[in-house]
Amino acid sequence: MSLVNFTTREITCKIVYYGPGRSGKTTNLHYVYGRVPEARRGRMVSLATQTDRTLFFDFLPIDLGEISGFATRFQLYTVPGQVYYNATRRLVLQGADGVVFVADSQARQLDENLESLQNLQSNLLELGIDIRTLPFVLQYNKQDLPRELILQAADLDDALNFRGVPSFPGDALHGRGVFETLKAISELVLKRLSAGSTA
Amino acid sequence: MTAALNPKFSFETFVVGAANRLAVTAGRAVAENPGTAYNPLFIYSGSGLGKTHLLMALGQGAKKLLPHLNIEYLTLDEYVEAFHAAVAAGQGDAFRRRFQNVDMLLVDDVQFLTNRKEMQAELLRLTEALQTAGHQIVLTSDRPPAEIADLDERLISRFSGGLVVDIGAPDYETRVAILRRKAEERRAKFQPGVLETVAAAEFQNVRELMGALNRLVAYQAVNDVPLNAEGAKQLLGLSATARAGGPAATAAPSGDEFGAFLHDVTVTVGKAVEAWRARVAEAVLRWEGEGYRTQRLEALLEQEAPAGVDDVIAGFARDAERLKALEAEVAALDPGAAGQSLFRDPDRLADAEAAAERVRAGAAPPPGPSGAFPLAAYAVGRSNEVAVSAARAVIEHPGKRYNPLVLTGKSGLGKTHLLNAIGLELAKAPGAIVACLSTQAFIDELIAAIDGNRMDWWHARYRQATALLLDDVHLMAGKDRTQEELFNLFNLFQDDERQLVFTAPQHPNKVTGLEPRITSRLEGGLVAELAEPDRAVRRTVLERLLAQQQIAPDAALLDYVADRPVDSVRALVGVVQRVIGAAAAQDQPVTAGLAREVLEGQPAEQGRRTGGFRTSGLVVSSLGGIRSREKMAWDWPDPVDRIVEELR
Repeated sequence: MSLVNFTTREITCKIVYYGPGRSGKTTNLHYVYGRVPEARRGRMVSLATQTDRTLFFDFLPIDLGEISGFATRFQLYTVPGQVYYNATRRLVLQGADGVVFVADSQARQLDENLESLQNLQSNLLELGIDIRTLPFVLQYNKQDLPRELILQAADLDDALNFRGVPSFPGDALHGRGVFETLKAISELVLKRLSAGSTA
Repeated sequence: MTAALNPKFSFETFVVGAANRLAVTAGRAVAENPGTAYNPLFIYSGSGLGKTHLLMALGQGAKKLLPHLNIEYLTLDEYVEAFHAAVAAGQGDAFRRRFQNVDMLLVDDVQFLTNRKEMQAELLRLTEALQTAGHQIVLTSDRPPAEIADLDERLISRFSGGLVVDIGAPDYETRVAILRRKAEERRAKFQPGVLETVAAAEFQNVRELMGALNRLVAYQAVNDVPLNAEGAKQLLGLSATARAGGPAATAAPSGDEFGAFLHDVTVTVGKAVEAWRARVAEAVLRWEGEGYRTQRLEALLEQEAPAGVDDVIAGFARDAERLKALEAEVAALDPGAAGQSLFRDPDRLADAEAAAERVRAGAAPPPGPSGAFPLAAYAVGRSNEVAVSAARAVIEHPGKRYNPLVLTGKSGLGKTHLLNAIGLELAKAPGAIVACLSTQAFIDELIAAIDGNRMDWWHARYRQATALLLDDVHLMAGKDRTQEELFNLFNLFQDDERQLVFTAPQHPNKVTGLEPRITSRLEGGLVAELAEPDRAVRRTVLERLLAQQQIAPDAALLDYVADRPVDSVRALVGVVQRVIGAAAAQDQPVTAGLAREVLEGQPAEQGRRTGGFRTSGLVVSSLGGIRSREKMAWDWPDPVDRIVEELR
């Protein structure tokens, strides 16, 4: 998908929320959905097949209107977190302009986080995308849980953020960190405009 | 009542940045071409971002270019007040007239239309009137039309019908530029870094920014000590916002998270879309808006780093302006030739120049012969063989044998047919330009050319023709100027051995109202008369008509009808139509017996059919009394005749 089309003067950003099951990806989208004025957002779609539910994801289109003469649209997707939906994850990842990795801050979920992160990497590799060049941010969700259950942002940085990308502690349920994360990934994605590149 | 335009608010004092460039460009376009570029222009932005400044700059820009322009600037409140005062004074109509005569209406703060139904209706009427008259309207608001609460749908669509642009909050670079310019205006000098520090504070609008600057200026004026960056920060209560490394500290969600997000994205896009791309996109928007094709500019956008972008844009603008001038010139000469897509494509400037040159040279070819009259379809017999053989001679040796050839004869004998047939044959020669038209059309064009002060063009148009064929030349009687022009053309054509053909109902010397010099010239070639159709002609025409109706010719029928005397081919056509119509009405084959019955009024032998039938477009019911011949439209003109009438 072309990120920026100078001919039709459109900017379309596809941002994928990735992460282990139940880490709060859909909650992120729900919070954004609630904050976007009605005229700016499309219907939030959650797709599921009637038969085996192997293909399902959330989709939230946001229309930011005309910016610098460009009709600007954001498309937010989540992938299914559960391990066995990998085909769907790869499908959703296709053409992504940026990825938000939503990690579960609970200490006992650390392995799931790592596994999902590795899965992301291998899926990107299969799609021929180098994670080092793809706009990528981390969100450490569920920071509102009792301190004894969760890892602190600094510890999670040590465990997950080995590329030193921007990271944000979050509480998607109450909205903390949701827009900071979205803002950060948007900026990374949009900065690639200057190269005139397509993702 | 109407606020004057503040001279401080001009385009020159407006600091342009990524967030407002589109609005400024649109504003300039409107100031340069009021009523044509974008009408209405609707500018919206948050408070303090320069709506009013831009609106006034637009008015002043237009005034500078066109000093006679009647420009009215007012806020919506002033408009409402004026309206109420006028209504109270019983001057409602005068008020309307006053605003309908404004060339450029600038209305500030139209968001206050909310809950003012009568003003909305008034403004709708005014907008309609101004737009119809091609007068410019510019409106500003703090939100787009669709978001103004309780606004009439028709107003929304009207406001959105032109161009709706927004002014975003200035980005960092623009803020620095604004601060520098304002500081300069106040002759205030600051240490390096001070203005940049203020700019970095992300004030939401320019007014707040000005407030901060004012405080700095005031402080420095009182204290006599130059302020440094740190001092400025403290003075304005700006704390250090530098982010520590590691995970960023995130604040609790604030009110308008989406608004803040949108603002950030806007700033990022503004920075990220390279300046040249923005300039190109603007140029594309502008010229596209004026209806020009912009592939040349769009091609730039597909390149990574094209060289000389500004030269290309300037070149494009030059070409487009040239096209505009060409189109205007062509429109003055020949309204029919303007409006071609050619004049909207700067990449085909050379073609457009050539087209304009052709129009200038009158190369828009004069009207040609009608394709409905081929020579092959002309029935030949003794009655017209002289004329036809003369026509053939003319076709074979145009300008050399019979020049001019004048075809005379009564109406309906085929003069027009033969004239057009000659024209069609002549036009087959390579490079031939055959002017073939009715004298009436010739006169009308001449009058239009005199009226439009473009006689040169008219002369050129006809002088380039290789043959001139005029139908019904007697219509020129009493029209001195036309005869004068024809006289000149006549001489030119004869000298160059270019063919002239005319038709007239009588011998030229019997036509009254023609000047002797014209009459003698018409007589000087060959005057060939078309007589009433002889039997051979009648029979040929008859066969052709029956063939057209897919009726097998019956020898007895052909003989019977061909033997009937008719005075013109057109009358013969009428006779045949009657017979065919009657046959269809009675559901009988076309036979000599039937023809005799129809034409001589003998009773038919066959029984009548009942029911409705369709005959050449007429629905005939045999149940009613409509069988009576007098009441039937038997002489419905056939298609050829109808075409002749439309041509005239």
